[in-house]
Amino acid sequence: MAFTLYSLIQAVILCVNAVAVLHEERFLSKIGWGVDQSIGGFGDEPGIKVQLMNLVRSVRTVMRVPLIAVNSVCIVLLLLFG
Amino acid sequence: MDMDYTATQSVSRQHPETRSTSMDGTDPSQLFDDTSVAPGGQPTGFQGQGVGTMGHPGRTLLSDPMSNLAMAYGSSLASQGKDLVDKNLDRFLPISKLKYYFAVDTVYVGKKLGLLVFPYMHQNWEVSYQQDTPVAPRFDINAPDLYIPAMGFITYILVAGLALGTQNRFTPEILGMQASSALVWLIMEVLVVLLSLYLVTVNTDLTTIDLVAFSGYKYVGMIVGVVAGLLFGRTGYYLTLLWCCISIFVFMIRTLRLKLLSEAAAQGVLVHGARNQLRMYLTMSIAAAQPIFMYWLTYHLVR
Repeated sequence: MAFTLYSLIQAVILCVNAVAVLHEERFLSKIGWGVDQSIGGFGDEPGIKVQLMNLVRSVRTVMRVPLIAVNSVCIVLLLLFG
Repeated sequence: MDMDYTATQSVSRQHPETRSTSMDGTDPSQLFDDTSVAPGGQPTGFQGQGVGTMGHPGRTLLSDPMSNLAMAYGSSLASQGKDLVDKNLDRFLPISKLKYYFAVDTVYVGKKLGLLVFPYMHQNWEVSYQQDTPVAPRFDINAPDLYIPAMGFITYILVAGLALGTQNRFTPEILGMQASSALVWLIMEVLVVLLSLYLVTVNTDLTTIDLVAFSGYKYVGMIVGVVAGLLFGRTGYYLTLLWCCISIFVFMIRTLRLKLLSEAAAQGVLVHGARNQLRMYLTMSIAAAQPIFMYWLTYHLVR
């Protein structure tokens, strides 16, 4: 129960890393979560699965490069301060 | 007087780049339009003025013309820096939007606190608008504000320290731990609510700050519960917490119903369809998460 802001930051970094390592063609297409399978339904209800797929794709696109920097900083900090 | 004049000039020469662009750019080495024509003649005039206005026989700080110039320089530099900071800060923290949430007065706070513990008599839960912008909380009791959540959070930490002190478990570090724990739970709750709002594609005008405000309203119930627990023991704590949990549940449902559900469903008509059902479930789970958090964050304080 003793959460600190730092543990929250660590948890967020781990989750975003987990989303970023999902490979598009090796994994996501195999389970039906690929990019090409999300462009369906032009109605006003995309549905939860399509929203999730869009979210995964956008997180991977946006957070690729900043994650490199954030992970490097985190590794250095953990090496120095444990 | 001559050495003071050269001292000011050397100070001015150290900062030519900051001043030459704003002041007269023709002569960067000279800061201001120099009004002291003769160093010998002017100071006596200022001396006389100083004696007349302040009654000090010698040269005081404010009557010295060079320090007048230095004060003017410093104040204009300070206002420049303030403008720069304001412009840059507004990019990260929307300060003007935050000001709306703190536009409260005593009557609003009193009524809102009463509404948080007894929401059963209130009839009209709609937020009133004024030409497409929401009215300030001062004039509309249904508008969310950030004053009560902020004060509630701080009071919760203080009451937690008090409660731990009565059990001889108090150390100063615990206050910081409680504060960061509660803050972390608040951030996680707001993030989860934002994620679920995105997934269900609800077209709502709830902003992130609104969600923070709604999540912060449960601190009021928590404080009342813990104080009752301190005064009346565990029975009082459980009874008051039960009452406050039910009140917050009803309050959240009635407030969120108007914002999240479609028009027809908000009137109470049973609208079928998977999407409306999903929205109803979302509202119920947001409201149900509040009592859970209220119990989770306070049960260790009352033994």
